[in-house]
Parts: sequence; C-alpha cells; structure tokens
Amino acid sequence: MIPELGHFALALACVLAVAQSVLPIVGAARRDVRWMATAGPLAAGTLVSVAVAFGCLLWAFAVNDTTVSNVVQNSHSAKPLIYKFSGAWGNHEGSMVLWVLILALCGAAVAGFGRDLPTALKARVIGVLGWVASGFLLFIILTSNPFDRIWPPPPDGQGLNPVLQDIGLALHPPMLYLGYVGYAVTFAFAVAALLEGRVDAAWGRWVRPWSLMAWSFLTLGIALGSWWAYYELGWGGYWFWDPVENASLLPWLVGTALLHSAIVVEKRDALKIWTVLLAIMAFAMSLLGTFLVRSGVLNSVHAFANDPTRGVFILALLMIYVAGAFAIFAWRAHRLAPTGIFAPISREGALVLNNLLLCSIAAVVLAGTLWPMFADILTGAKISVGPPFFNLATAPLAIPLVLAMPIGAMLPWKRGDVWAALQRLWWAACIALAIGFLMLVAAGLPVWPAIGIGMAAWLIVGALADVADRIALFRRPAQAWQRAKGLPRASWGGAIAHAGMGVTIAGIAGMGVATDTLIALKPGESTRLAGYEWRLDSIADAQGPNFTSRLATITVSRNGAVVTVLAPERRTFPVDRQTTTEAAIHTNAMRDLYAVLGEERDGAGVLRLHHNPLAPWIWFGSVIMALGGGLSLSDRRMRVAAPAPKGATSPA
Amino acid sequence: MTHKKRRRLMVLLLAGLGLGTATALTLTAFQDNIVFFFSPSDVLANRPAGERAFRLGGLVEAGSVERGTGTDGRPAATFRVTDGAQAITVTYTGVLPDLFREGQGVVTLGRLLPDNTFRASEVLARHDETYMPPEVADALRRAGHWNPAQGAAPPAETWNTAPRDGRSGG
Repeated sequence: MIPELGHFALALACVLAVAQSVLPIVGAARRDVRWMATAGPLAAGTLVSVAVAFGCLLWAFAVNDTTVSNVVQNSHSAKPLIYKFSGAWGNHEGSMVLWVLILALCGAAVAGFGRDLPTALKARVIGVLGWVASGFLLFIILTSNPFDRIWPPPPDGQGLNPVLQDIGLALHPPMLYLGYVGYAVTFAFAVAALLEGRVDAAWGRWVRPWSLMAWSFLTLGIALGSWWAYYELGWGGYWFWDPVENASLLPWLVGTALLHSAIVVEKRDALKIWTVLLAIMAFAMSLLGTFLVRSGVLNSVHAFANDPTRGVFILALLMIYVAGAFAIFAWRAHRLAPTGIFAPISREGALVLNNLLLCSIAAVVLAGTLWPMFADILTGAKISVGPPFFNLATAPLAIPLVLAMPIGAMLPWKRGDVWAALQRLWWAACIALAIGFLMLVAAGLPVWPAIGIGMAAWLIVGALADVADRIALFRRPAQAWQRAKGLPRASWGGAIAHAGMGVTIAGIAGMGVATDTLIALKPGESTRLAGYEWRLDSIADAQGPNFTSRLATITVSRNGAVVTVLAPERRTFPVDRQTTTEAAIHTNAMRDLYAVLGEERDGAGVLRLHHNPLAPWIWFGSVIMALGGGLSLSDRRMRVAAPAPKGATSPA
Repeated sequence: MTHKKRRRLMVLLLAGLGLGTATALTLTAFQDNIVFFFSPSDVLANRPAGERAFRLGGLVEAGSVERGTGTDGRPAATFRVTDGAQAITVTYTGVLPDLFREGQGVVTLGRLLPDNTFRASEVLARHDETYMPPEVADALRRAGHWNPAQGAAPPAETWNTAPRDGRSGG
C-alpha cells in the first residue's frame, strides 16, 4: 500500500509541477496578480508530494519490502539500517527521486525566502523551475518508476553493491545533487530575466547566493566523491579524470565562473549577458553530467548497469531545456544592455580573465570527455582519453589562473593598476617564491611538485595579504581589529575560499611525490618505504555485520618507534558474491600511510603500501573552500537581499 | 573608433585568444595522448606501430591465469585475453582487481612486446560483476562469437581454446 501511495504522490507532484510551470508564467505575462500568486502554493504542493514519495521509498527500503523490485535489486535485510536508507538513493530510480526532491525544495525556498523578490520575477522563476521539475518527474514516472512491484516477491533482496555501502557514498549523491540542482535555480533566474527582459543589480544579488550555495555543495560533493575513491577503491589515487568525475567537474568550473561574474553584475551592472549565458551553461553542464552518469554512453569506472532509453530521455530533456533557453537568449538578450563601463585592468577585467580561463578549462575537459563518444560515432574507432591528456591540456590554463587569483582580488573596481596591486603583494610573492625554491633545493622535490607548492603558498599568503590590506593591518594596526570585525563576511569568504584552493593545490602537489611499493610478505616479514618500516604481523579472519573478511595487521615504525598499526581488509559479501578491499589509512595531517591487502598465496599476503605526503590537504582544502562559500552566503546583504544603500561601497 | 567599439573588440580578441589557446592545447594533447582500443584479432591482423600504449580487451580465457612472482619479487600474473577468434598473452605486475575472474570481460592498458605478448601496466577494475565493458562486447560481436543483444556471454569454458576456424563459442 505504501509503495502505491508513493507512486500516487509522484503522479500528483507531476500534475502540480505542470501547473506550476504554466499558471505563474502566464500570469506574469498577463500581469494577473492572482495567477502569479499561485506560484508559492504550487511550489509548496510539489515539495510536499515529492517528499511524501521519497518518504514512501525510504520506508520501503527500511522495512525491506521485497515486493518492490527496486528494493529487491538494491537492498537486503542483513544490511545496516543507514545503508538501507542510503541504498534508497544509491540506485538510479531513487537518486532521481532525490534529485527532484531537492529541486522541489529549492522551488519552495525561492517561494518562501523570496518575499522581497518582484512578484513577476518570482512567478517566472518558480514557473521555470516547474518546467524542470515536470520534465524530470515525467522521466521518473515513464522510464524509472522506483515503486514497480514484483510478483511473486523473492524471499530477500540482492543487496547493494558493497563498494557503495559506505558513509562517504551515502552523503556524496545528496551533496552533489544540491550542487547540480542549485544551478537549476540560477538557470531559472536567467530564463526569468530573459523573459522579463531585465537584468539589474538586484537580480545579481539574488543569483549570487544561489550560485554560492550550489557551488559550496558541489565543491563538497566532488571532494566527497574523490575522498571515497581514495579510500574505498584502494588504488591510492584521488582523481582519475574519469568521465563521471569530469561530469561533476564541468558544472563546477562553469559554476565558479558564474559565481565570479555574478559579482560584477551585482556591483557594477556589467557583464549581464555573459552572466545569463553562464547561468544557462552551468545548468546545461549539470544536465550533461546527469546524462553522462545515467545513460552509460561513456565508458567509466563508475558505470553501473544502464538503460539506453533513459539516456535518450535525459538527452531529450537536455536538448529541450538548453536549446529552449538558448532560443529565448537569442530572442531577448539584446534587451540586456550593459551600463557599467570598466577598463581592462580592473577588478571587472580580472574577473573576465577568470571567466575566460575557467571556461577554457571547461571546454578542454568537455572536449576530452566527449571525444571518445564522437570518435566512436564518426569513425567507429574505440579510443579513450586518459589523465595525461587532461593534465597536459589543463595545466597551461590553470597556472595563469592561479597566478592571477591574488592579484585580481587586490584590484579596485572600474580602473586599476597591476603594479600598485603587486606592490601590496610583493611580500606574498617573495614568500611563495622562497617556499617553492626551498622545496626544490632543500627538500629536493622534483620541479612540478615544487612549483605546485610555491603556487599554493602564493594563494594562501596572497589571501592573507588581501585580508591584511583590507583591514589596514600594517598601515593602522591599532584599528585593524575594529576593521576586521567590520569587514563584510563576503570578503572573508572570498579570501578563505582562495586560500582553500591553495591548500588543495598543496595536497595535489604533495601527491606528486607520493611513493608506493607492491610486495608479498609472510607474517613476521617486513619492508621499508619512505623511511618507515612496515612489518606484517598476521593475517586473520574477521566477521562483519553482512560480510566476512581477511584482516591483515601491519605495524609501521620509524627509527624503532611504533607509528601506527594498520589493518587493511579484504571483505567478502556473501549476498552480493563480491569482494572489496578496504584500505587502511593513518594520517597525521601532513602525510598518509596507506596500506591495501591484495590476494594471498603460499602463506604470503600481497600488500600495496603508499606514502602520500600532504594527501589530506586535498579534501581539507575543499572543505575550506566550501566554508568560504558558506561564510559569503551568511553575509548580511545576501540574507536580506536588500539593495545596498546608495553610496555604500563594500568590496566583494 | 569609439570607446565602446574598442572595448568590444578587446573582449572579442580576448575571447578568441582563450578559445584559440584551448583548441590548440586540446589538439596538441590529443595527438600524443589518445589511447586506442584493440581486440586480440585487431592486434594480430594489424599490429599497432611502435611502442605506443593501447588498450587490449576481451574475455579472460578460462584456465589461463597463472599467478606468480616477478623477477623483482613483486607479485605478477599471466593470463590470456581472447575475443573467441584470437588470444594474446598478457603479463601484469601488480594486484589484480577484486572483480578479475576467468571468463569475464577485462580491459588492460599497456604495450605490445616484440614477441607478441602484451605487457599491461593497468588492469581496469569495474564496480559491478555483471558489467561488460562496451568495447569488449563490441570486440566479441565483431569476432562473430557473441551477439550481446541475445543475452549474457556464454560460459567461460567455451572460450577456452580460441579456435581459429570453429565457432564453438557462440
């Protein structure tokens, strides 16, 4: 009964979403206040219906209702409860319901928090969100019903893929979807602005918090995914330039560009057409990501069982939304005349450069990701594009971007002077150069990792210099504290996010000098790696809730003192007839000791041991970036979304 | 030229420069870093030139997997990859993925040695044991041994001998 209720709630949500996509927009066009006023209640109704459907799905998983085929395929009674819940969105159907739930949540949030929005704009934004919601609800109902019944019910489910039974991956999809779907809101704002024919600073002030929210969650989502790959797949790597990873990176790159250009719209009333275009592109990339992951057109380590009809449906949705948005763009964009004028060397100019480089990187990643598909269609050649391509093609674009980041943040609006900015940054540049040089000479690092560390230092110290300059730490130290308290949170957030990028780059550079070894050891034997002594003590059987495992005990010591005891595992899941490797990781924030247990033969266990300097910084930096985004989001101006008083100048 | 026009020209030039750089970078990087996929039949019919790395895929021949220890003391494995018509011996030093089984689809990355054995630097893992890499499915289809549309791959034993003439596998 509960699954039928869920199915009914989905259908109801679809009807409400269709109404939501028509009534407010027609109302806005006819300036009919009553029609426009339906937007809020309809958005709330869609949210309630989708939430009921999602609740029913969770319930079916929680009680392991084996008459529901989705539960049978993805769950098992012997699974811990948290993975029963995460199994609800760990599969295609459930994850699409989660997608729509978050979309409905955003729609209701626009309705709820948007009391200060002009009525017509609000009605249009909610209407456009209704288009997106109805498309995806139709997709769920027509091609991927999560409540399909199965008869006769099997005695128990087939279990969830063991590599997905993990806390990182339980949280990864919701985070990523909050990011993807957040760009649906900026997309809706862009299309609504085009329908309205007006983009102004107030519009920029509304788009910025949404793009910040989406960006922060997407950053966290990507970091979680990469962290999961690092510790769960047991390959010792954190980023494989895999199509599915690229699919989440593309909206992040375009979204980062959007985040920065929205500042220009808000502060300077310029770059309006470009920002609208970016908002459309960011959502297009999110949809493309959904399409790539869900259709299986690309060969990927993450490719799960897929269904081509779903791919065609999402591709059709992608075409309709993106082509439709571009058509509206072509039709209306000329109305958005720019008013703010700026010199090439200025904050605006720096943000244009940022946009240019980010979009170029996105274009390169897009080309590399899609080329195998096109080559297959056009010439029938089966090719793949691996990490060497992406590293080679993106580095020349990423390096100038990183170098320009601290300088751009120092430039004043309208008209700036690079030399003046550099004068305030000279000590940051000196520190960065010194650190890079020290790494190269004193620590004996290879060239590229040393450059990476230098650039990381440039970003971190540059962010410090930026804050120091804003609070006049050196010029008037007495009032610095007072000024620091008065500094807008958006300024703090920007500086913190830039520093977080630096921390992540340091982690990536550190991974450039990671070392590993592969060795077969009998209990009692030991090996040396990176100055540590790794001794295999024993390999024994262990028992988990729904798996059995072989557990190795490795004592790692340095100069005779025990550093840690690592316990890598090989788990065998009888229900799924699968084996997974659980890496054992010991971190002290400066380096990871990482051990994986492979197969066993002749009484010896095959071990892969890694020493990964600075590895945790990659994810730590991402969290700092997301926190910076969150801090910006909590800025007073964003919360109330009130127009800044005339003459008030506050740096971004 | 008015101020506005000059600015517009600047922006256009910058955008052109960015796009141009991106395209140039993409094309140069493509030249050396595209990895082709070949099936054992492809490799033996048309030996890939030079030392270039490529991906070799097919099914792991049943009974062909030998695990041992390499000359440097690292764990190693030898197995044969077949598309039903031809088979190539693959040597690999490292830990085979959890889902590596005889009779299952596998994709390996590496180089062909002069004696026609393939030295793999990577054996690609999959999350899902029922998953068949699309290139492998295609290679099997081309070798005429299995039509993926007609159901799952035939059991591993039937791929064993890689007969040149018979079509016993299908």
